[in-house]
Amino acid sequence: MAVYNQSRSNTIRLIVIITFVVIALQLFYLQIVDRRYEQLAMDNAVYPKVIYPERGIIYDRNGKAILNNTIIFDLMVTPAETKGIDTLDFCRLMNMETSEFRKRMVDAILKNTSVRPSVFKAMLTKELQARFEENSWRFPGFNLVERPLRTYPYHAAAHILGYIREADKRDIERSNNFYRQGDYIGKTGLEAYYESVLMGQRGVQYMIKDNKNRLVGTYEGGEYDTAAVAGRSLRTHIDIELQQLAEALMNNKVGGLVAIDPKTGGILSMVSGPNYDPNDLSGPDGSKNFSRMQLDVSGPMLNRAIAGRYEPGSTYKPLGALIALNEKVVSASYGYPCGGRYTLCGHGKPECTHAGGGHAANVRLAIANSCNAYFAHIYRLTVDNPRYKNVYDGYLHWREYMNAFGLGVRLGVDLPNENTGGIPDTVVYNRENAGRWTSCTNLTLGIGQDKMQTTPLQMANAMCVIANKGYYYTPHFVKGIEGEGDDDEVLLNRFQQKHDVLTNIPDIVFNEVIEGMSDVVKVGTARGAQIEGVEVCAKTGTAENYTILDRRRIKLPDNSMFVCFAPKENPKIAIAVFVQNAGFGATWAAPIARMMMEKYLLDTLTAKSKIDSARIASTNLMPSYFKRLQYKEDSIRAFKWFQVTKDSMYIDRFSLQEPARGPRSPFRKTPTEPELPNWVKILSATSLPERGIEKLKTFSA
Amino acid sequence: MRNNAAISKGIDWSLVWIYLALVLIGLSAIFAATYQEGDPVLQSFIAFKTDYSKQFYFWGFALVVGFFILLTDSKFFPTTANFWYAVGIILLLLVFPFHSSIKGTESIIRIGAFNFQPAEFCKIFVALALAKYFSHPETNFNRPGSQFTAALFVLIPGGLAILQRETGLALVYFSFFLMMYREGLPSIIPTIGFAFAILIIASILIPPNILAVLLSVIAILLIYFSRRQIRRRRQILTSILFIWAIAVGIQRFAVPFIFEKVLQKHQVERIYNLFGKDNPYDPQQKALSEDASRKKKESGSSYNVRQSKIAIGSGGFFGKGIFSATQTRYDFVPEQRTDFIFCTVGEGFGFLGSMLLLGLYLALLMKMINLAERQRSTYSRVYAYGVLSVFFFHIAVNIAMTIGLAPVIGIPLPFISYGGTSLLTFTVLLAILVRLDADRQMVLR
Repeated sequence: MAVYNQSRSNTIRLIVIITFVVIALQLFYLQIVDRRYEQLAMDNAVYPKVIYPERGIIYDRNGKAILNNTIIFDLMVTPAETKGIDTLDFCRLMNMETSEFRKRMVDAILKNTSVRPSVFKAMLTKELQARFEENSWRFPGFNLVERPLRTYPYHAAAHILGYIREADKRDIERSNNFYRQGDYIGKTGLEAYYESVLMGQRGVQYMIKDNKNRLVGTYEGGEYDTAAVAGRSLRTHIDIELQQLAEALMNNKVGGLVAIDPKTGGILSMVSGPNYDPNDLSGPDGSKNFSRMQLDVSGPMLNRAIAGRYEPGSTYKPLGALIALNEKVVSASYGYPCGGRYTLCGHGKPECTHAGGGHAANVRLAIANSCNAYFAHIYRLTVDNPRYKNVYDGYLHWREYMNAFGLGVRLGVDLPNENTGGIPDTVVYNRENAGRWTSCTNLTLGIGQDKMQTTPLQMANAMCVIANKGYYYTPHFVKGIEGEGDDDEVLLNRFQQKHDVLTNIPDIVFNEVIEGMSDVVKVGTARGAQIEGVEVCAKTGTAENYTILDRRRIKLPDNSMFVCFAPKENPKIAIAVFVQNAGFGATWAAPIARMMMEKYLLDTLTAKSKIDSARIASTNLMPSYFKRLQYKEDSIRAFKWFQVTKDSMYIDRFSLQEPARGPRSPFRKTPTEPELPNWVKILSATSLPERGIEKLKTFSA
Repeated sequence: MRNNAAISKGIDWSLVWIYLALVLIGLSAIFAATYQEGDPVLQSFIAFKTDYSKQFYFWGFALVVGFFILLTDSKFFPTTANFWYAVGIILLLLVFPFHSSIKGTESIIRIGAFNFQPAEFCKIFVALALAKYFSHPETNFNRPGSQFTAALFVLIPGGLAILQRETGLALVYFSFFLMMYREGLPSIIPTIGFAFAILIIASILIPPNILAVLLSVIAILLIYFSRRQIRRRRQILTSILFIWAIAVGIQRFAVPFIFEKVLQKHQVERIYNLFGKDNPYDPQQKALSEDASRKKKESGSSYNVRQSKIAIGSGGFFGKGIFSATQTRYDFVPEQRTDFIFCTVGEGFGFLGSMLLLGLYLALLMKMINLAERQRSTYSRVYAYGVLSVFFFHIAVNIAMTIGLAPVIGIPLPFISYGGTSLLTFTVLLAILVRLDADRQMVLR
């Protein structure tokens, strides 16, 4: 073999060089030209872990935390690491069926693969947590992970505080994707209204993950991390002990109660019945309770204190008197010869509980005796005032007064979903009466009926106006925000603003009405609201109401209402109590208000009140038709469920029970005997708040 | 002392330096790829536990073997070449009854704690034996008979490797054709090989019917443009028609045969993935929906290449530094300490580092060619070219596959990849070359 092929060595050199150049070019392209790979690598290996800030706390007027944060544990599982554990033992420990165990394992693997941890059981009860912790060494692959939880040491103020839940699609859209899947967001109440204050600022921690998405460390030693900023706390006007009492008194009743400090507009207490324990929505059974309550026809989630529309009935009468006196259609000494009914409109209505005896000889007496005829008449005089060209004009003028009292308008309380109530426009009457109507048409507006609708909050606020003789502050809960800044002023400034709505009414006129309201308690319909040493001004109210059930109009028991403020001089509290389908205003609403005032003004209940409160708290005034309504709703839902799924399970359950009795629905918790009603605890132990705190301590320890 | 001087006399130190540099780069790359924070480095060296410490000991062993080779008389290699070749073939045959059950391969014999891959070793013996054959005075490489014999030297171990399901290693044996080209393999053979490769790529990229039409059109055009010559010589027409028939035959029958019968499914898939196509020979793949097939791709062999490209691409110009290289440190690239070790370099040291490594390799290969050409004896030259062929194939294919230029073939990157056998093999190959070169004035037979 000679070396005559030497030239080929150059060919080989060329082949080698060309190959290397091609490789170098591709490397140049990958590493320098195409920058996509950098991002892809980041997506691969860096996981921005969101650090959730602690939400702000809400304090009552005395600085007690009525809402707090604690930590609850989720049981996490990494299926790949659980090999060789004693499943049966585990199930026995965690009170679980083995089939359930298997199902959850499969779910976990499907959701997050077997090498990544997923939630095995969310929010362990304290007992299960303790049991697991003792035995955790036996179950590799299982571990506990903290999650923040709202707790309510006083078990009260559910409707005021609202609740937080994971942000849903709509929340995320509305926030321009500020919120993300898994974030908690205030849904109602103060939690929703002050969301921006309470939520704080999310932090981000950049973590490195490996090829199986396991987090293995921090990225660049945390150089790009941002810390979470804790949410700020709220100081409110709420008096938590008063609130607890109010909730106990409203136990098993439908209606609303609002207590306001007239001098500031600060809401001391607000209850909506039926009520619930806020802890029910945040604990391990949160979602279960949530769906149960949502399907409950009695509407425990509805805040009737701001969204319930009620005819004010006789509680309107002080306002009617004020308007008539100020419009000078009557004088304070004006009397009406009531003979038990109002006859001037020809139909003898409205009727009056009193007849003769000069029970409506002047304004004071008419208020004290709550004479229907008298107030119907002065309403007519007001709207038929010859100063205005006709009844329509007069009516609109009257309506302006109403709006000035805060009726028929949204007051602007710091809770979402406030209702405007309803003081109809002339348009409504025009439409219904073909444009031809007189003061007789809506005569009963004069006694707070017809189309007049108010919320308990509005009536409490109207009492503030009378107590203050003409002005009010927008009712509100929040007194101050921790670390208040300029942004917060926007939120709170409007609560500092005094609304001089009716200061044009002279004090003499106010005094006349206030005297009348004082007489109501002293000698009139609300003698049961007397408090020794405190001069209470009040007005009772009783309104008829009807509902349509099974295509029949049935008459329900009257709504019991009571509005008041006290003391007469320098008022400190104004209250409106509405109890649906309870009876006379003096029977239920008045004593409730009285005890509230006693508690707030005297800081304790009298011996008589203690007995009364126990009686009231234990009385169930839930309308009986709810049972039937619930049964209907549930059975319709069961049928629809059947239509969709062809699963007759729910229907079967229905056909096994007696329809007439039956509020036992598959969606509701079977009503069991409550172990100890809330009110008993409250009334038997004044130190309950402390106990609540203690409970919390042991819980977080 | 005298002995020492004798050894170092004539030794080409530049090759040794390049070798040391490459092995050190390799060790640090393996360290970077496998070191976990908090590993007790020293203890692991004592305990022979981690990959980098194992590789370190392998290297020590390889150095010892290399040193002994440098001590050996050059004549030893041509004299015993055929013996070694026989040993190699026997070892390859022994694999069949005694191979261990390690994933996807039947090429490994397990002795104690060591895995031992004869097909890897056998490269040395083939290089030695081929050199011996070419240096034989009776060999005339212009004769088809000699060409055939030379081809047999390569095809026997290559075929055995295919039977052991080590197609990657088998392909390495075919790299010896580069050496044969230097030694006078008629140009027509590489041309045919090249044409064959083009035809295979074309039949992957172009649907078979259209390709057949295209080939026919080319043939007709050829006939049309060379009609004058054809009038003079009829044979041209026949040869054109013959080539056309062969081409269509290959495209229609040979390619499907190779893809369906010869190659394994995952290999066909890798080849198709390289061109961004689905494997049409996989009956399952046909049934899969678009979406499912994409998913399959992401998890399959193209996942490796994708992750490898991400790792290398994200390195940028300067690289992320050895411990901030997230892709390689957290196992996003499969096989990253062995076949995909280049990712560690690409991500950790960026374009700069990759170029440096590439430069070292280029210097090594160029040095080998120069070294081969300066040999007086055919034996040394042929051996040098054999070593060059093996190295070139390994380097080019390995790096090309990590950056998506070649199908994924499981062959290591010389001196860098983790693996005792491959490090030892390459060290021995190089050591013999250095030894032979040291005696380049001698004429070896």
